[in-house]
Amino acid sequence: MRKYKSLRILGGRISVLTEKKAALTITTLFLIMGAAIVASTGLGDVKVSPMNVLNVFFGGGSDLERLVVTEFRLPRTIVAVFVGMALAAAGAVLQGMIRNPLASPDIIGVTGGAGAAVVGFLAVFSNESNALTVSVNWISLAAFLGALLTASIVYFLAYKDGISPVRLVLIGIGVSALMQALTTFLMIMGPIHRAAQANIWITGSVNGSNWGNVQVLVPLVTVLLLTAFITASKLNIQELGEQLATGLGGRVQAQRLFMLVISTALVGAAVAFGGTMGFVGLMAPHMARRLVGGTYGALLPAAALIGGLLVLFADMIGRTLFLPLEVPAGVFTATIGAPYFIYLLLKTRNS
Amino acid sequence: MKIVQHIGKIVWLSVSTAALVLLMGLSIVLGYTDTSIQTAIDAFTSFDGSNEHIIVQSIRLPRALIAASVGACLAIAGVIAQSLTRNPLASPGILGINAGAGFAVVTGVVIFHITDLQTFAWMAFLGATFAAITVYTIGSYGREGLTPMKLTLAGAAMAALFASGTQGLLVMNEAALEQVLFWLAGSIAGRKLEMLTAVLPYMAVGFLLALLLASKLNVLMMGEDVARGLGLKTGLVKLTAGVSIVILAGSAVAIAGPIGFIGIVIPHIARKIIGVDHRWLIPFSGVLGGILLLAADIGARYALMPQEVPVGVMTAVIGTPFFIYIARKGFNHS
Repeated sequence: MRKYKSLRILGGRISVLTEKKAALTITTLFLIMGAAIVASTGLGDVKVSPMNVLNVFFGGGSDLERLVVTEFRLPRTIVAVFVGMALAAAGAVLQGMIRNPLASPDIIGVTGGAGAAVVGFLAVFSNESNALTVSVNWISLAAFLGALLTASIVYFLAYKDGISPVRLVLIGIGVSALMQALTTFLMIMGPIHRAAQANIWITGSVNGSNWGNVQVLVPLVTVLLLTAFITASKLNIQELGEQLATGLGGRVQAQRLFMLVISTALVGAAVAFGGTMGFVGLMAPHMARRLVGGTYGALLPAAALIGGLLVLFADMIGRTLFLPLEVPAGVFTATIGAPYFIYLLLKTRNS
Repeated sequence: MKIVQHIGKIVWLSVSTAALVLLMGLSIVLGYTDTSIQTAIDAFTSFDGSNEHIIVQSIRLPRALIAASVGACLAIAGVIAQSLTRNPLASPGILGINAGAGFAVVTGVVIFHITDLQTFAWMAFLGATFAAITVYTIGSYGREGLTPMKLTLAGAAMAALFASGTQGLLVMNEAALEQVLFWLAGSIAGRKLEMLTAVLPYMAVGFLLALLLASKLNVLMMGEDVARGLGLKTGLVKLTAGVSIVILAGSAVAIAGPIGFIGIVIPHIARKIIGVDHRWLIPFSGVLGGILLLAADIGARYALMPQEVPVGVMTAVIGTPFFIYIARKGFNHS
């Protein structure tokens, strides 16, 4: 912690040096993202070469290529990227605000609430033969509402002359545990088929994304990400601790609520279309921190890009490596991310 | 030790121990087949081979003992984990124990087609130990040795990795999901007394280690540099702490599956009541952990009778309201 703060102060003094490096890293991540998007739209049962993918992007290509790329793969790719970006950015904001490296979207109850809402939804709207009686698209709404409702409950219970981060996370843990208990309960009581269905959702998957999803997700997440980015300097101050932040003239309580709302909305949007994807929200910010340092102006975009890449790669692996089987992306976020993170952990020896 | 100074703590500890014993009694008596206290006593003093007596001896008693000891182990492991990482959000799971155990059991089911609980237990213990050693090694890599931050991050990453392995196997194999879903939620139903006696020596060693560590952990909590200045062998203390977490939480998960809630919540409740001195905190957390798991287990029998709810579900249902109350009462300053 101490080393971390001093680094930030130094970063203010010799800002050029650190920022140059961070900017380079972020540009690199952007380029990787571009390549990954092209690769993702090209890979699958029907392979389209990168050149042809670009061709389709600019209006060319054969009918089959156009269909595969624009109708099936592109929406899914975009959803994967934005789900990952939203989760990672929310995690970064929460870790800064709560000042705990274990803080993640799970900890304020959002993912637990979304999970419970979805399993509850499956239980309520299934008929005798386990078919859904309403459109499957409503799941997104159920998840979003579940996330929002649970976060509000946590906030409400944690409020007592303002929000203290420790109280917030402890109550978040409690409420999350309750939601998870509810989820498990519903899964065990229902037929196994439904449990399996719910399990896929809980693992996190962007299978079946369409342009409709993109139209909702992309503007929402873009606005939220930009807001988070603009207010990133507040996070730098929050991270110094309550007293220093107040001393520096920050309206600590108002900022906390604001950050909480932003991160909840980000996670809500992400779980609505990607399920409760694990790992990204917790670990992507840590990866970013090790790549670009701790100032949020650089950390937020880097974390978001890493998050987007994680989910995108995870989805690519999930739908290509085990053909004809589809493995949910959530299975692979940690499989790809954890080894890379451990490499970063071992490489950067902080003393 | 000045008795007067500690009178409040002594009272708390004795009252809670009495409550623990009482709950064990209730756990033996209550259930689908209701028995009376007299029958329960008779079952041990003058066993007559009746259904009630058999139930008391072979089902209820093991279950009560298992609930008490598993709850105690998880809570104590939680205290040590939170102190070792100096993070209030840490739990025994931070060493990857639950995730490692879960992965080992699911692998066993999917690949080796194991079915009985006894084998589950060994797989779980193996997985937990393997995960913990990995996390500990990664966390202490580098010049400055084990730091709370590295341990925490390594633990979180490895836990996620194991959990994703488990998810992957389960998503691809619905039959396995059916078999292990109940185990993964954490349950102490249907365990034989032999399962407890098999791990009891480990639990005892873990508990002793924890007690021996208590005063050292107090010093360690002042910070690494201060502790070293005071002559504490911090490396050794941290290693011992890690070992005791593995033994305690590993044997708990072997019997009961991953029950996550107790290890994170009970230390907070205990700390609020009895203070931060580990010499009191460790035994008191143990007792509270036993109480919570016993109460949850009794609740699990009644919630949906005659069906049983996994006890992991009930711990959250019973523990959360109390936990929220405690969290709201204290922690006025960030």
